[in-house]
Amino acid sequence: MIAEIGHFALILALAVALVQATIPLIGASRGNATWMALSGPTSTAQVLLIGISFAALMHAYVTSDFSVMNVAQNSHTDKPMLYKVAGVWGNHEGSLLLWITILALFGFAVTLFGRNLPPGLKSRALAVQAMITVGFLLFILLTSNPFARLEPPPINGSGLNPLLQDPGLAFHPPLLYLGYVGFSMAFSFAIAALIEGRVDAAWARWVRPWTLAAWVFLTCGIALGSWWAYYELGWGGWWYWDPVENASFMPWLAGTALLHSAVVVEKRDALKSWTILLAITAFGLSLLGTFLVRSGVITSVHAFATDPARGVFILGLLVVAIGGSFLLYALRAPTLKTGGLFAPLSREGALLLNNVLMATGAGTVLLGTLYPLFADALDLGKVSVGPPFFNSVFLPLMVPMVLAMGIGPLMSWKRGDLAGALSRLKVAAIVALIVAIVTWVAQGGSLGPWWAAAGMGLAVWLLLGTLTELAERTRLFRVPVGQSLLRLGKLPRAAWGMTLTHAGLAVFIAGMTASSAWKVESVQSQKIGETVTVAGYAFTLKTVQDVQGPNYIASRGTFEVTKDGAHFAVMQPQKRSYKMPPMPTTEAAIETTFLGDVYAVVGDASSDGGYVTRLYFNPLVVWMWFGTAMMVFGGLVSLSDRRHRIGAPTRAPTHVPANSVKA
Amino acid sequence: MTRKKRRLYFVILGLLAIGTAAALVLSALRQDIVFFFSPSEIMEAKVPTEGRRIRLGGLVEQGSVVKQGALVHFKVTDGAHSLPVVFEGLLPDLFREGQGVVTEGRMGDGVFMASEVLAKHDENYMPKEVAESLKKSGHWQGEQPK
Amino acid sequence: MRRLLYLLPVAVFGIIALFFLRGLTLNPREIPSVLINRPVPEMNLAPLPGRGENTGLATADLKGRVSLVNIYGSWCIACVQEHPYLVQIKKQGIVPIHGIDWRDDPVEGAKWLQKHGDPYDRVGIDPAPGRTAVDFGVTGAPETFIVDKAGLIRYKHIGPVTPETWDKVLLPIIKELNK
Repeated sequence: MIAEIGHFALILALAVALVQATIPLIGASRGNATWMALSGPTSTAQVLLIGISFAALMHAYVTSDFSVMNVAQNSHTDKPMLYKVAGVWGNHEGSLLLWITILALFGFAVTLFGRNLPPGLKSRALAVQAMITVGFLLFILLTSNPFARLEPPPINGSGLNPLLQDPGLAFHPPLLYLGYVGFSMAFSFAIAALIEGRVDAAWARWVRPWTLAAWVFLTCGIALGSWWAYYELGWGGWWYWDPVENASFMPWLAGTALLHSAVVVEKRDALKSWTILLAITAFGLSLLGTFLVRSGVITSVHAFATDPARGVFILGLLVVAIGGSFLLYALRAPTLKTGGLFAPLSREGALLLNNVLMATGAGTVLLGTLYPLFADALDLGKVSVGPPFFNSVFLPLMVPMVLAMGIGPLMSWKRGDLAGALSRLKVAAIVALIVAIVTWVAQGGSLGPWWAAAGMGLAVWLLLGTLTELAERTRLFRVPVGQSLLRLGKLPRAAWGMTLTHAGLAVFIAGMTASSAWKVESVQSQKIGETVTVAGYAFTLKTVQDVQGPNYIASRGTFEVTKDGAHFAVMQPQKRSYKMPPMPTTEAAIETTFLGDVYAVVGDASSDGGYVTRLYFNPLVVWMWFGTAMMVFGGLVSLSDRRHRIGAPTRAPTHVPANSVKA
Repeated sequence: MTRKKRRLYFVILGLLAIGTAAALVLSALRQDIVFFFSPSEIMEAKVPTEGRRIRLGGLVEQGSVVKQGALVHFKVTDGAHSLPVVFEGLLPDLFREGQGVVTEGRMGDGVFMASEVLAKHDENYMPKEVAESLKKSGHWQGEQPK
Repeated sequence: MRRLLYLLPVAVFGIIALFFLRGLTLNPREIPSVLINRPVPEMNLAPLPGRGENTGLATADLKGRVSLVNIYGSWCIACVQEHPYLVQIKKQGIVPIHGIDWRDDPVEGAKWLQKHGDPYDRVGIDPAPGRTAVDFGVTGAPETFIVDKAGLIRYKHIGPVTPETWDKVLLPIIKELNK
C-alpha cells in the first residue's frame, strides 16, 4: 500500500511539475504576476510529493518489504540498518529517485530563500528547474519504476553487493548528487537569464553561493569515492581515470571554472556570455555523466546494470536539455550586453586564464573518455584509454594553471602589475626552486621520475604564493605584527575561503605527486614466518587463519611489521567470501602515518605453501585527504560569508564593485 | 584596451590552450592508448603486436590456471585460438576459469606478459570488447537462429 | 564569424550525441554464446536431493523435444524475479523446462525450489567451479537456452525471462522449432 502511495505521489508530482514548467513561464513573458507566482506553491507541492515518494521507498527498505522488487533485489533482513538505508540509492531506480528528490529540494530552496529575487527571473528559473524534473520523472516512471511489485514476495532479499557495504560508499552517492544537481541551479538561472536577455552582478551574486555549495558537495563526493577505492579495492591506487570517475570529475572542472568566472561577472560585469556557457556546460556534463554511467555506451568497471531502453531515453533527455540550451545560447548569447573592459594582465585576465585551462582540461578528459566510443563507431579498432593518456595530457595543462594560481590573486582588477606581483613572489619562487632541487637530489636524480621534483616545486609555489597573498592583505612585515593580526581577524570569510582552498590544493598536489612517484610495491609468495622488507618496513607473515564474520567467511593474514627493528604495527588484511550474494572481496590493512601509508593485502594460497601477498608503502597519501578536506572546509567558510549567504543578494542598484573585497 | 583587442586576447588565449591540448592529445593518442585484440587476431599475426602495450581479452580457458608462487599462468581463449598468459601479482577477486577477462601487457615469445588483469566487481561480467571479439571470430551466429 | 563561435557548443554537442546514438546500437545486448547451433555439451549431472532418482540432467535428456535449459542458483538475484514466470510457463505446458543449479549448495538449491515453486522437469547440479555451465558458455545467472529436437542449442537468453521477452523472442523461436 505504501509503495503504491509512493508511486502515485510521483505521478502527481509529474502533473505539478508540468504546471510549474509552463504557466509561470508564460506568466513571465506576459507580465502576469498571478501566473508567475504559481511557481512558489508548485515547487512546494513538488518537494512534498517527491518527499512522500522517497519516504515510501525508504520505508520499504527499512521494514524489508520484499514484495517491492527493488528491495528484494538489493536488500536483506540481515543487513545492518545503515546499509538498509543506503540500499535505497545503491541501485539504478533508487538512486534516480534520490536524484529527483534533491532536484525538488533545490527548487524548493529557490522559493524559500528567493523572496528578494526579481519575480521574472525567479519564475523562469523555477520553470526551467521544473522542466528538468519533468524529464527525470518521465524517465523514472516509464523505464525505472522503483515501486514495482514482486508476486509472490520472496522470504528474503538478495542482499547488496558487499563491496558497497561500506560507510564511505553509503554517503558517496548522495554527496555526488547534491553536487551534480546543485549545478542545476546555475543552469536554470543561466537559461532564465538567456530568456530574459540580462545577466548582471545580482544574477552572479545569486548563482555563486549555489555553485559554491554544489562544488563543496561534489568535491566531498569525489573524494569519498576515491578514498573508498583506495582502501576497499585493494590495489593501492586512488584514481584510475575510469569513465565513471571522469564522469564526476568533468562537472567538477567546469564547476570550478564557473565559480571563478562568476566572480568576474559579479565584480566586474564582464565575461557574461562565457559564464552562461560554463553554467550550461557544468550541468550538461553532470547529465552526461548520468548517461555514461547508466547507458552502457562506455565500458567501465563500476557501472549500473544497463538497459538500452534507458540509454535511449537519457540520450533523448540529454539532447533536449543540453542541445536545446546550447541552441538557445547560440541564439540569445550574442545579444547579451558585453560588460567591463580589462587588460590581459589583470585579475580578470588571470581568472580567464584559469577558466580557459580548466575548460581545456575538461575537454581533454571528455575526449579521452569518449575516444573508445569514437574509435569504435569509426571502425578504428577497439581501444582503451587509460591513465597514461590522461596523465600525459591533463597534467601538463595543469602546470601553467598552478603557476598562474600563485600570481593571479596578487593582481588587481582591471589592470594588474605583473612585475610587482612577481617581485612579491620572489621568496615563493626561490623556495619552490630549492624544494624542487632538494627533491631531485633526495630521490637520487634520475632514479625517480623527473616530474616528482616539478610537482613538489609547484606545490610549494602554490602554498607560498597563497600565503604571500595573505601576508600582502595583512601588510605583514610592513606594519607592526599586532596590526597585521588585527587585519587578519578582519579579513572577510570569502578571502579565508580562497586561501584555505588554494592552500588545500597545494597540499593535495604534494600528496598526489609523492604517492604517484615514490610508491613502493612488492608482490610475492610469502611463507608463514617469512619476512619481506618494503621501504624500510619489515613485514613478517605470522599466521593465516580462517575467521567467521556476520555474513562472510574470511582468511585473515596477520603481519607483524617492524621498522628499524622496533615494533611498528600488527596488520591483519583479509580475503573475504560473502554468502549473500556470493562474492569474494579483499580487505586491505592500512596503517597511516604522516609520511605515508603502510598497506598490506593477502591473497590466495600459492602452490609452494605460501600466500600471495602484496605490500605497499604509499608516501604522503594522507596529505591528499587532508588537502581535500582543506578545500572543502575553505568552500564552507566562504559559503558562510555574509555576502555569499544563500538568498542574501538583492538586485541593488547602488552596488559599487570597486570597494568590494579581493576574493 | 578596446573591445576588439580584448576579444583578440581571448581568442589567442583560447587557441593557445586548445593548440597545446591538441598537441598533447595527438602525441598521447600515438603512444598512450591501448588497442584491444582477441587471441585469434594475435595468433594469426593479423595485427602488429611488436613491443606495443595491448589488451588481450577472451575467456579464461577451463583448467588452464596454474599458480607458481606469485606467478600465475593461464590461457585466454576466444574459442578458435588460445593464448598463454603469464602474470605476476594478485588476481582480481572475481577472476576465475571460464569467465571473461581482459588483460593488459605486451607480447613476449609466444606468451602474453600481462601487467594487469581486469575484472568487474560483478558476477555477470562480460566485457563488451570480449563479446564483440567472440562475435567476430565467428562463434556467434547472430541473434535469431534461422 | 562571431555568430559561428556561439554555435560551436551546440555543434560539438550534436556530434557527440550522434556518436552516443551509434554507441547505443553498438552495445551488444546479447552476449554471444560460443555454442549457438552446436550440440549441447556432454554432461551427466546428478539430481537435486529430495527430487527423486533419475531426475538429473544428461545430454541425452535434451534430445527428441524442444526444451528450455534454465541456469539458476539459490544465491542468484534476478532468478527470484523470473521464477514465478517460469512456473507459469510450466503450467501452460508448451515446452519442458530443465534447470541447472549452478555453483550452489545442492541443499540450498532444493530448498529454494520448495520456496519459490518448481517449474523444472529435470534439474542437474553443477557445483562450483561449474564445469558444465562453462561448456554452455554461461556468463552469469539467470540464463535460458533453447535446445531443439536434435539437441542443438539454438538460442541463449541472458538475464531474467520476462513476459515481454517470452512473447516477443522465446515463444516465436520455440514455435518455429516445433514446426
